[in-house]
Amino acid sequence: MNHFSPVISQFLVKWLTNFALFPPEASKIAPQMDALYFFMVLVSVIGLTIVVLLVTAFSILYSKKRHPVAVQIEGSTLLEATWTIIPLGLFLIMFVWGALIYFRVFTPPANAMNIYVVGKQWMWKAEHPGGQHEINALHIPTGRAIQVTLISQDVFHSFSIPAFRVKREAIPGRYTTVWFEATTPGTYHLFCTQYCGTNHSQMTGDIVVMTPEDYRKWLASSTSGMSLAQNGERLFASLSCAACHNSRPDARGPNLAGVYGAKLPLASGGSVTADDAYLREAILNPSQHITQGYAPIMPTYQGQISEEGVISLIEYIKNLDTDYRIQQTLNTTNMLPESEGNAPAAERPTTVKEPVKP
Amino acid sequence: MSETIVKLPDQATARIPKDNFITRENGLLSWLLTGDHKRIAILYLISITFFFFIGGALAGLIRLELLTPQTDLMATDTYNKVFTMHGIVMIFLFLVPSVPATLGNFFIPMMIGAKDLALPRINLLSWYLYVIGGILVIVTMVTGGVDTGWTFTTPLSTHYVNTNVLSTGLAVFIVGFSSIFTGLNFIVTIHKMRAPGMTWFRLPLFVWAHYAASILMVLATPVVAIAIVLVALERTLGIGVFDPTKGGDPLLFQHLFWFYSHPAVYIMILPGMGVISEVISTFSRKRVFGYTAVAFSSVAIAVFGFFVWAHHMFIMGISNYAVLVFSLLTMLVAVPSAIKIFNWTFTLYKGSITFETPMLYAFGFMGLFTIGGMTGVFLGSSGTDIHLTETYFIVAHFHFVMVGGMLMAFLSGIHFWWPKITGRMYPEKISQLAAVVTFIGFNFTFFPQFILGTLGMPRRIASYPPEFQVLNVFSTAGATILGVGYLLPVLYLIWSLKYGEVAGDNPWQATGLEWQTQSPPLTENFVVQPIMDHEAYDYAWLESQHQSEAETEVTHAE
Repeated sequence: MNHFSPVISQFLVKWLTNFALFPPEASKIAPQMDALYFFMVLVSVIGLTIVVLLVTAFSILYSKKRHPVAVQIEGSTLLEATWTIIPLGLFLIMFVWGALIYFRVFTPPANAMNIYVVGKQWMWKAEHPGGQHEINALHIPTGRAIQVTLISQDVFHSFSIPAFRVKREAIPGRYTTVWFEATTPGTYHLFCTQYCGTNHSQMTGDIVVMTPEDYRKWLASSTSGMSLAQNGERLFASLSCAACHNSRPDARGPNLAGVYGAKLPLASGGSVTADDAYLREAILNPSQHITQGYAPIMPTYQGQISEEGVISLIEYIKNLDTDYRIQQTLNTTNMLPESEGNAPAAERPTTVKEPVKP
Repeated sequence: MSETIVKLPDQATARIPKDNFITRENGLLSWLLTGDHKRIAILYLISITFFFFIGGALAGLIRLELLTPQTDLMATDTYNKVFTMHGIVMIFLFLVPSVPATLGNFFIPMMIGAKDLALPRINLLSWYLYVIGGILVIVTMVTGGVDTGWTFTTPLSTHYVNTNVLSTGLAVFIVGFSSIFTGLNFIVTIHKMRAPGMTWFRLPLFVWAHYAASILMVLATPVVAIAIVLVALERTLGIGVFDPTKGGDPLLFQHLFWFYSHPAVYIMILPGMGVISEVISTFSRKRVFGYTAVAFSSVAIAVFGFFVWAHHMFIMGISNYAVLVFSLLTMLVAVPSAIKIFNWTFTLYKGSITFETPMLYAFGFMGLFTIGGMTGVFLGSSGTDIHLTETYFIVAHFHFVMVGGMLMAFLSGIHFWWPKITGRMYPEKISQLAAVVTFIGFNFTFFPQFILGTLGMPRRIASYPPEFQVLNVFSTAGATILGVGYLLPVLYLIWSLKYGEVAGDNPWQATGLEWQTQSPPLTENFVVQPIMDHEAYDYAWLESQHQSEAETEVTHAE
């Protein structure tokens, strides 16, 4: 090293001691996906070795020098069937194995904690249920299923966390979801992997995985004092939604309490389950989604509410069948049950949901 | 390795035939207004080589920027334009026309024993469309470029960039028609103009591969044309088909675009597979193992190739059940490719193999295409696709198939048919060296990208985390070797035009009809209408031909 200038040698040392060959496995799904990945690597290496060995062996054995006259062979049904069926079988194994993992990654467990993430040129904005906002960062606890509901405010983005082996496109005008359960505390890369314009390269962030204890501290220290649902309530009031959507008998719009998750009959016939996607559409594009028994008088809010605003409204509507004020308190102060390790998150909604029904 | 099958005429007396398609007429106009498929092929060869080096220079800029983790060589906007133009130039102006428009144009009529393609003027028109599209791309580039990525993803391309989307779209639209006309011409020619005795199962596999690719060109290309028209209408008039705020669906564009662009990769690779079949057979002196299986596997790839497009959208929120179907079909389309690889391998079995330059490129193809194909299965399996898609893994996979596969096949074919096209041989040793340099440079460039992709490095980024640097430096270093590997053939092939040895009719002792006539061929290709009275790759027939010729000479001498 001494022969080089100090700058170069410093550079080389730094360079050679700090490089990665395989991403960390920091989620529950990561080892499962890596098992399939290495199975495929193994099959590829074996396949490639067979081809290379055969080509080399034939090249040596049947070179013109050793084997001046070729023996004409038409083909062999048996051999050809072999190299049709064996690859087909292997590919089908990879298909089934891959599909199992795919369904696992995109089917969130019922008790997952939902965090909204809005992608826009060129940043990721995370909205925690307790009202914590983050930009280009996402703090999450270990040992807890986290569902991320994604939407884009402009173009396609893609929310990628290599250490968790998950990735999902954030699409304009449509919610998509992905979930994961982090296993190892640390800071991991968040990338946008869908080309999204000028500063696509800079649309990166940090996924900060914390122990439940640290996470609780982080939640308390970064609360804005208002939960997402409270933000929604404020917006609900300022847009005068309650002028029509109230519980009075002569209300011009349907009462929204308990609407989330219910099956609604539509004026156009048929019915629809009121999930996030439906509520978003019903706010932005109301004339397409009239509930049976109501006049199509609701104006569109397209272009008047940001995606974050819509998310707050949905979160508010979601919580109308519970007392979201109670939930808010839980969210910001002791959202996680006392002994995080042995009390599964599934218990939280039951304890919260029961008390009040407005 | 010293053994060779090359049989050149006595250089002291050998001359290039005075009358051939190059000397028949003189002057620039005789080229620009020609109807001769061979001359059009050469026009294409010159133009695609030009665009290949433009695309290559842009690739060089990308690799230079990625030498360091920061954005330092150029601004991100410039970088975005550079990789967009690299993709557009390489895909639409090089890979799609590469083998079909040059070697296919030149040799399909000769291989089936015809005088020309069925529609010579349409053939010339297709070259003009290509040139107009190409010029439009260059104009776009010098007047500010475009930064949508070659995929024109909406709504980025319709609402969020203010670069030359329209002129680029128009260029792709026009070049698309050039491709449709070429495919149409091939289909009609192969159906209608085969020589007496040239049945479907006596066709060289090169022709089968082109037939399959032509079907894709004719049926898939119009869909991308429609998609681009819709982008243009959305951009100018705001019709809203892809705009969710107007009730449109941004995913619709993805469906339309990939309905072409997935079959397009088979348009690119199938003709290359045709080249490999010819080369491997010739240099192992054997009929291709399982001719029928190889022929039908081309058709199977073309048919299945239409039904796998949504595997580009596994993480875009299409339904889980659609993912199942498209993942399964993707696995099925991998099988015919595996069949081909093994059939080529067993063509070598009990052959009499020599290692001339085209064969070295063909071996390179087989190795790199096997890796490219297998890594395609990683992406076709829906689970691993989640992690690997949109990263450098996909960049590496695509380049292994397209550069490691298709470009190797193209170079193999160029070296194989060069003596037929020009009548002269290139220097053998240096061309073998070029093949080896290309192979080494290629692996250095693209293999590290598989690891980068597994690490999660996104594609199309100008800056990256510092721990990715070592592998990127490897990749950039390899690209310089690869660049040398591509420059060498240009130099010695041009050199050979004047100084190369005279090749004679059939230097490789190959069986195709194109080799049974003078080099360079006559404008009419054959003096008398050839009659196909033997199977394809019938080396015994070739032997008996030589015998009877020798006997005739002996009788004449007496």
